[in-house]
Amino acid sequence: MAEDFFQGYKGEALAVLKKFNVRVWGQADIETTRGLFKGTILPRSENNDDLHIVIKIETGYNIGIDIATIIRMTETGYNKANYKIPEKEFPYSDDKPNVKLFGTGGTIASRLDYRTGAVIPAFSPGELYGAVPELADVCNIRTEKLFAVFSENMGPDQYKILAKAIGDEISNGIDGIMIGHGTDTLHHTAAALSFMVQNSPVPIVLVGSQRSSDRPSSDAALNLIHASTAAGHGDIAEVMVCMFGPTSDEYGFLHRGTRVRKMHSSYRSTFRTIGDIPVATVKRGEVKPIQKIYNPRRTDRNVKIMPYFNENVTMIYFYPHMKADMIHSLIDNGYKGIIIVGTGLGHVNRELYPALERARRENVAVYMTLQTIWGYVHMFVYETGRDMMAKGVIPLGNMLPEVAWVKLGWALGQTDDLEEVKRIMLTPVNGEITEREPYNGYLVYQGGVPEVEEFIRRVHK
Amino acid sequence: MSIIDPRKNYEETREEIGYVTRKEATLNDYKRIGFKSGLEVHQQLRTKSKLFCRCPAGIYHDDNDFDAEVIRHMRPTLSEMGVYDGTALMEFRTRKEITYRINNETACTYEVDDTPPFPVDREALEIAISIALAARMNIVGEVHITRKQYLDGSIPTGFQRSAIISVEGELQLKNKRVRLIQLSLEEDSCREVSDIGHKRIYKTDRLGMPLIETVTYPDCLTPDELAEAAEYIRFLNRSTGKVRTGMGAAREDVNVSCEGGSRAEIKGVAHIRWIPELSHNEAFRQYALLNIRSKLHKNIEDPAAWSAKTKEITEREQEFHFAPVRSALDRGDRVIALNLPGCRGILSHFTQPGRIFADEISDRLKVIACIEKPNMTHSEEIAGGNFNNLFPELAIWLSADAGDAQIILWGPGEDIPTAIETVEERIRLAFAGVPNETRKAFEDGTTMFERVLPGRDRMYPDTDSQPIAVTTEMLEKLGRNMPVDVAKRFLQMKEWNLPEDTWHYLLSKNLVVLVERISNDLGFDPREVGIMIGHRFRSLEGRGRVAAGFSYERLYDLFAFLKNEKLLAPVARILLPAAVAEASPDFKSILAGTGLHRATMNEIRDEAKNLAARFPEVCYNGNMAGMEEWMMGQLHMKALGTVRLSEVRNAVSELLEVRD
Repeated sequence: MAEDFFQGYKGEALAVLKKFNVRVWGQADIETTRGLFKGTILPRSENNDDLHIVIKIETGYNIGIDIATIIRMTETGYNKANYKIPEKEFPYSDDKPNVKLFGTGGTIASRLDYRTGAVIPAFSPGELYGAVPELADVCNIRTEKLFAVFSENMGPDQYKILAKAIGDEISNGIDGIMIGHGTDTLHHTAAALSFMVQNSPVPIVLVGSQRSSDRPSSDAALNLIHASTAAGHGDIAEVMVCMFGPTSDEYGFLHRGTRVRKMHSSYRSTFRTIGDIPVATVKRGEVKPIQKIYNPRRTDRNVKIMPYFNENVTMIYFYPHMKADMIHSLIDNGYKGIIIVGTGLGHVNRELYPALERARRENVAVYMTLQTIWGYVHMFVYETGRDMMAKGVIPLGNMLPEVAWVKLGWALGQTDDLEEVKRIMLTPVNGEITEREPYNGYLVYQGGVPEVEEFIRRVHK
Repeated sequence: MSIIDPRKNYEETREEIGYVTRKEATLNDYKRIGFKSGLEVHQQLRTKSKLFCRCPAGIYHDDNDFDAEVIRHMRPTLSEMGVYDGTALMEFRTRKEITYRINNETACTYEVDDTPPFPVDREALEIAISIALAARMNIVGEVHITRKQYLDGSIPTGFQRSAIISVEGELQLKNKRVRLIQLSLEEDSCREVSDIGHKRIYKTDRLGMPLIETVTYPDCLTPDELAEAAEYIRFLNRSTGKVRTGMGAAREDVNVSCEGGSRAEIKGVAHIRWIPELSHNEAFRQYALLNIRSKLHKNIEDPAAWSAKTKEITEREQEFHFAPVRSALDRGDRVIALNLPGCRGILSHFTQPGRIFADEISDRLKVIACIEKPNMTHSEEIAGGNFNNLFPELAIWLSADAGDAQIILWGPGEDIPTAIETVEERIRLAFAGVPNETRKAFEDGTTMFERVLPGRDRMYPDTDSQPIAVTTEMLEKLGRNMPVDVAKRFLQMKEWNLPEDTWHYLLSKNLVVLVERISNDLGFDPREVGIMIGHRFRSLEGRGRVAAGFSYERLYDLFAFLKNEKLLAPVARILLPAAVAEASPDFKSILAGTGLHRATMNEIRDEAKNLAARFPEVCYNGNMAGMEEWMMGQLHMKALGTVRLSEVRNAVSELLEVRD
């Protein structure tokens, strides 16, 4: 492929570069009506306008030049940057557990993408070791890049590939699994793996970061250290999400893969266990279980891989005065399973009833979950609920909506028999429906109250 | 083994490099050492909000006035060009735990890096562009937000968001031109609460406030030129009337080197008057380090092979139970003795007034290895007293040569490897001469090591923000309200014949424009107005007589009142003390309170006649020559406000001529 000398430039800006014969990474003197500017021409993000040229000036800063002001440009040199995380071979030691890190993309390790101006993931054991050398003190890590996709582009195909790859590693005797993942759908993948990889003898830890590793205050390194500790040394052989406990660099939480949810768009402490307490806390060198009951690490290799998924499953977020056509169109489009995210205790309006009846007639599985996130679906409390159950809508207890969507896809991937699907849905694999909600499972304190203020002054949130 | 006399060595080496105090220094001294210096002037902008979030700017809290704390650690990252920055790696070695104190009034989730930046504050952007226009710099076409890494923790993200507004410009000082490199708009950093061992605490009130940084080329060849350039930039910033004033609102970083030295950056100098002494001493410190370099090269044949010999002093080494070692061991610290081959006479070599080379090592132990002072002692302590008696014994224990020097350092076990590395590294750097450092300023004009000077490798594009176009329309709009050039202001004050001792005050408070308006709008003599403000008002201000909330605009009102009352400028003098004592003075009642009599010229003439008649009674010695001055003195107060003194004098002279 011919080298692209004008990365990201288009339209008028591209024409100006061509006119003066100046390339990206070329050093240039640019005479403008606003004075003389000197620097290295940088690629331009494709989504930015075509009216400016970006240069890096001597002091290391980037600036843009308005092409309308350019009188003349002269290329005086050429210096292409080579962005690379220093690669160092990951050291191996016999006395450390072996952990496999699967890469899916995301911001665990990343670098700048000049095309979009955003960060793109970079990933290899060498790069990882170069960036977080402390990992070598925790375990022996081998890595495998399964895909390089952003979190929002993960889906059923990736879940299945991951599950099989995990199964293979477990058969081969690995001591723990880590999965690097973008955070947006980290909990969807955690739920999928909870169902697809059952009875694992070793910890399976999903980890991401809320601040990319190109930032000094990134949470990536500490999350990786925590996750590798949990995977290599921890006793909890479940599918878990490992992310910051408080937003401070203090400790991480291990969340059960079926009960965890991303609760803030940008906080480091965004992942929370919903309706229960996390399985454990993790610090450098130490996993401290806080749940009394969990699946402990075993030496056997009796893992059960169930890589099934029916993609004709959807989720619909109810709003007042929703029309029946919303459901009809789903059925028309061939969906076999619908998760409703209902109001309050699990309700939708009467206008949907005919469509729900049709769903039942046409063998479409319909399940009810909650917009309130916390709490149980209680469809016996009000008449509406009873009406809906009569129309075949099945309450899912305190299963989280996203988890319900994953589980329904997984269940329908195994069978078309809706009775069997119901049995699968209502039989918890690992805590997706719990029998009880402990008092401390719902903690959303509000600021401004003296005792809360006193608390957050002392305890890092 | 002969014991070195450290005090004598200090004095001799100070002689050797020809150190002179700043008072004694002549232009030739600065030429001799090749003094070269430039500035980075930070100036906070007066905006309502912070730069990248909507928290209020300019509200400060006490250290313990906080609602919550967040803890972070900083890690080095790769630059855009794919390399690690030197400072970044050093800071990482220090393993600091940083605590940020948050007050809900002044900090949101942006300050603690839990929310990406919001669009840049337009008010700040426009002020920055206005100042760039005033400095007649080349303004960029598009502002790109850049991340400048700071791993000391002073910013919770680990970088400062900063953007170039303009490049290349020139300041015209009295006798020279100083070129400008760039002007950037950036967010201010946290204020430090404490820094002890591995824990550093910051508060976040100031964090994120908009400021501009003006950077000059190292064109200043004497400390005085440097101070003059700093003043000029301050006047320029203030001429817009849109920058903050007061403690910490303007801070200078001073870049200094001597011929053959390296750029050292003296950080955060809060007062311009400190700049000359600090830069003077820094240039001589570098000159001293160059002397140390040549001595080391003389003493040591193969610098590349140089290393220190270390030996741990444990409980068993009973012979070394002198105070520092004893108390360190009691604390559970590890104590290490180092033999530094070929370093005799180096440790007590002069570096700054009252400082020796060993201080450079001790400073780095504090900053890099996080061991609080006192963290070491050595064989050339000036104030060492009886400790020095121990070192000959120690030298034998370490099998040292006569040309060596010894250090004993102590600290927590986990910091000892870094500490030993740090000592060796500092000596190795001395072989090369002057290390690139940022240095912390002290009031006495000396400095200490703060960090390794960061390079351009710490810059990284901010992937969280979009570039902002600076259109020609924008520049035209902002250009319409440009303040008058500072150089022109100097000329103007000269033309007005204002005494030079008023210039600095009027410029620094941006009051020249007020004098100009009072003169242009109201027809008063700018010299008279300038003196009234630059002497009289300034003196009241200096003595704390001006009420809080008194706006300079009231001075305009005062002169407008005088014009309205058909009174002359000197009346301002008697009204001022009462007028400035209130934020909203009632000039009319103040005037009434003075009992000012509005004399006419005829009254003055009549009075003059009376006075002339009375003079012989008053004049005991019969010397009539003093008559005119005596009459002027008597008439002066009477005429105040309505009749010009020159006219009074004319009247008196006329009268006396007639009498002659």
